[in-house]
Amino acid sequence: MTMPYYVAPEQVMKDRAEYAQKGIARGRSLIATVYDMGIAIVAENPSRSLHKISEIYDRIAFAGVGKYNEYDQLRVSGIRHADTKGYAYSREDVDARSLANLYAQYLGQVFTHEMKPLEVEILVAELGSGPRPHQLYHIAYEGTITDEDRYAVLGGETEAIAQRLEEQWSGDWGLPEALQAAVGSLSGPDHALGGSDLEVAVLAHGNGRRAFRRLMDVELETLLG
Amino acid sequence: MPLPLFSTTEDPGPDFAGLMRRLRVPMRSTMAGGPAGPTGAGAVGNEFRHGTTVVALRFGDGIVMAGDRRATEGHVIAHRAMEKVFPADRYSAVAIAGAAGPAVEMVRLFQTQLEHYEKVEGVVLSLEGKANQLGQMVREHLPMAMQGLAVVPLFAGYDLARGTGRIFTYDVTGGHYEETEHNATGSGGRDARTTIKLGYRVGMARDDAVELAIESLYEAADEDSATGGPDLIRGIYPLVATVTADGYATVAEDEVADRFAALIERRRTEGRQP
Repeated sequence: MTMPYYVAPEQVMKDRAEYAQKGIARGRSLIATVYDMGIAIVAENPSRSLHKISEIYDRIAFAGVGKYNEYDQLRVSGIRHADTKGYAYSREDVDARSLANLYAQYLGQVFTHEMKPLEVEILVAELGSGPRPHQLYHIAYEGTITDEDRYAVLGGETEAIAQRLEEQWSGDWGLPEALQAAVGSLSGPDHALGGSDLEVAVLAHGNGRRAFRRLMDVELETLLG
Repeated sequence: MPLPLFSTTEDPGPDFAGLMRRLRVPMRSTMAGGPAGPTGAGAVGNEFRHGTTVVALRFGDGIVMAGDRRATEGHVIAHRAMEKVFPADRYSAVAIAGAAGPAVEMVRLFQTQLEHYEKVEGVVLSLEGKANQLGQMVREHLPMAMQGLAVVPLFAGYDLARGTGRIFTYDVTGGHYEETEHNATGSGGRDARTTIKLGYRVGMARDDAVELAIESLYEAADEDSATGGPDLIRGIYPLVATVTADGYATVAEDEVADRFAALIERRRTEGRQP
């Protein structure tokens, strides 16, 4: 009969965190930033069909980095949560904060109780309206939730990317400037990105009830200049 | 409300109604189905609201859909400004006639269903697929229809793949049939249909189609007590919407009001009654 080795809880957590971080760092990064008409989300993603960014509800968008099947499952459950809530109560009762909390709880629970943590980092963005400001909830693999009001960077090399973005950041920039800065920050000195390597979407005022819109092809190329 | 997560074998996929059943959220359109009560029209009495005439017709660039605004409870007018024409999604519209409560609920479920599918799958359902979905909802509603709470929708939209407007009609069993030109349903549907039939031209222009829809509702209201005509005193007019390659658009109330005013004026000067 084999006896299980004793492993200190600190070590278990450390190993799991390292495992998740490694998985996330292998993937490509993503930036979400506020601009004068809403929120722009830019991801490095060569695929046209396996999306990192998607619509959750009227004013709420989701973005994920890391393992596709894991964040996609979270994305779908977010849509389900929002649609059921909007159907049971009313459309205006659906908000990003409660969804972000649910995600955080779930990720935290998986991190502490399951064998393998989820190798994902996700973002829940909500377009502000009236007195409510825009909101960006950044949720890490272990369930840590941070509330950003300017920009959020997810994925690997986040520090270098955030630093590049911080240098150019301005609160009231238009969409072309915001996108160009975001793409510049994601690219870095030895890694150029063009329109075909990117997945871009906005949550913007003026799109009607459903504020989410993807920017593609000619429109994206024009905006990137 | 917890985060709805399912194991891969029990995942409801993009089906919103299936998801609601899985989560045990009560839905009006599937509430019936217990032991059958008295059947036949009027079995539950006339103490519930009824919506009436809605019409749809095809024109060159898409479809026009229109509905009057009256809801009745038996012989009493229950509501004067009820809306019976709704956008189902960006490229389709749904109009309802029958028991108002379940009908409005069915539309809400249908709208959520289409949007849910689009978001989960990342692609929009085909127009045919949408029409089928609505047919399933009407079919599930059959037990309530048998107890006198029938809902008969009218579905129309712009088929992006074919580049044309299409209209689907339903019966209480969920059977759905594609119409080539036009149709109307509800208590004043017969009168509205006759009017449209007399004025219809294949490939007509948008303005002519809107005018014809308005005229058909005017005639229906003239013959059918449950159909509301233009309410000039309160400024309530039938709801008219179009769906074209540019999507769903409501015809401005001012335009509808002007057309009704012109119609009445024309009748008066021509010496026609009314």
